[in-house]
Amino acid sequence: MDPIRVGIVSYGFSGFSPSVPSKSFREMVFEAASKAYAKVGLNPRTDVDAFVSCKEDFWEGISITDEFAPDQLGGALKPVFTVTGDGLLGIINAYMMIKTGAFDVIAVEAHGKPSEVMSYGDIERMAQDPIYLRPLAFPSYHTVKALEARAFMKYSNLTREDLGIYVSQSKRNGLLSNRAPHASSLTVDSYLSERELVGPLSHSDLAPRSDAALVFVLASEGRARELTDSPTWITGVGWATDYHTPSYRELGRDIATKNASEMAFRQAGLGDPGKQLAFVEADERYSFMALMEVSSMGLVKDLRQPLRSGDLSRDGSLPVNRRGGALSEGLPLEAHGLARLASACDLLDGTGAVVSNMGNTSAVLVVRP
Amino acid sequence: MTDFKVTPLSEDSFRNAIRESTSPRAVYDMAPGEAYTKFFEGLREGKILGTKCPSCGLVHVPPKVYCQYCYLPLTQWVEVKDEGFVETAVVVYIAAERERLEKPEVVGVIRLEGSGDRYRYPGLMHRICTEPEEVKSSRIMGAKVKARWATERKGSINDIECFEVVSWK
Repeated sequence: MDPIRVGIVSYGFSGFSPSVPSKSFREMVFEAASKAYAKVGLNPRTDVDAFVSCKEDFWEGISITDEFAPDQLGGALKPVFTVTGDGLLGIINAYMMIKTGAFDVIAVEAHGKPSEVMSYGDIERMAQDPIYLRPLAFPSYHTVKALEARAFMKYSNLTREDLGIYVSQSKRNGLLSNRAPHASSLTVDSYLSERELVGPLSHSDLAPRSDAALVFVLASEGRARELTDSPTWITGVGWATDYHTPSYRELGRDIATKNASEMAFRQAGLGDPGKQLAFVEADERYSFMALMEVSSMGLVKDLRQPLRSGDLSRDGSLPVNRRGGALSEGLPLEAHGLARLASACDLLDGTGAVVSNMGNTSAVLVVRP
Repeated sequence: MTDFKVTPLSEDSFRNAIRESTSPRAVYDMAPGEAYTKFFEGLREGKILGTKCPSCGLVHVPPKVYCQYCYLPLTQWVEVKDEGFVETAVVVYIAAERERLEKPEVVGVIRLEGSGDRYRYPGLMHRICTEPEEVKSSRIMGAKVKARWATERKGSINDIECFEVVSWK
């Protein structure tokens, strides 16, 4: 029997604003879901077999928050599966569920309303080892990421100018997006004049926050072809989690993304992904992370060359975040990976890799028309 | 009887054990959203408002902007009487750590009049101002109750102090 292929047939979104005070997260998800279903004429009460919701209790301010997932998706009293992690992990779960043959159509949602989290830094602190790291009370969670940034820049021989090239190009890419309130034509010189905030990172290296919800609909091949003329096929998936303790992991490279990408590329039959991929949609909650992922996935040998020559720009041979990433859109917490996937679907003109990395968990998807 | 060799733990053993305490600080300012905002505005005026589904006819109290059963947007607002019937009720004698409350509290689910079927109806989980004995005897089941409104209302579910019995079944 041929393996079941899985395609993305539709998505919808709500928000992508620093704050959405007029709607609850459920109303935002309802808006995103209604758009996703309307595009392909689906009634979730009768036509969607299962639902996946991605969120975390501490960000929501609700314990056992999965109970608050079904209604707004049309999933009341139907199979609903929750993922405590980025939306791309939800897509991977839905992909596997369809692969079993037990489900034909699955909706996946992720959302974030960081504007409602008044003690943001304290919630981030709760992600640290409570016995050993938390009592050290470092001023902010950015500290860990700055250590990674420093180690990565050393490993890849990158300078602040190199980071500036990426930040400037990605924020300019965001100007072409309809969900990027923080996009700008920031120049490298302006970037370089920014004051250092933590380690090698300055203001424009840190993604601002945004409120957003996204809903995707996935379907088995037969059903996907009935629903749309242009599905986005998922041809490979991978994920991995690194150690949480910084001294136990390699800070200059993202081994979780490396392992996740090897898994995904193998499934997709990509022997030389650096040449075969037409684009990358990378996690951009910090500027350097997008570059670190490109490097860790083994897509380039020496980052400096493609970065400085423009190969990673939107007109280059391996464009990264062609409509900007979290630096332009803002970071909607668990929904960031789905924002990357949305851009991939919008511009799908070849085989691409979509990556999210939240905490130390990476997820990689390979998609193609 | 067998003799066990044991090393009893002293108070000092506990005092000297290495431990690390942590206090989560989780503060949120949540948007009630379109539906709850209008609902709370209604409560401030002494009204219980709901949204009516154009397909199944169910009036949603507490309201939503969508019907979770028909998956249709709800835009029709209706006022529901502040009277209803007790579907179920309990007497609560303990707090979260099972410590005895000084005064037990009666909590129930009120079916408000207007629409619905056996399991789906406009309704509120709220306090019921009645004697615990009326609950223990199950006399409260099916009793007709009415909202006791707070004198100072500020747009909150606590604008209803509790539901009081109007007549017994």
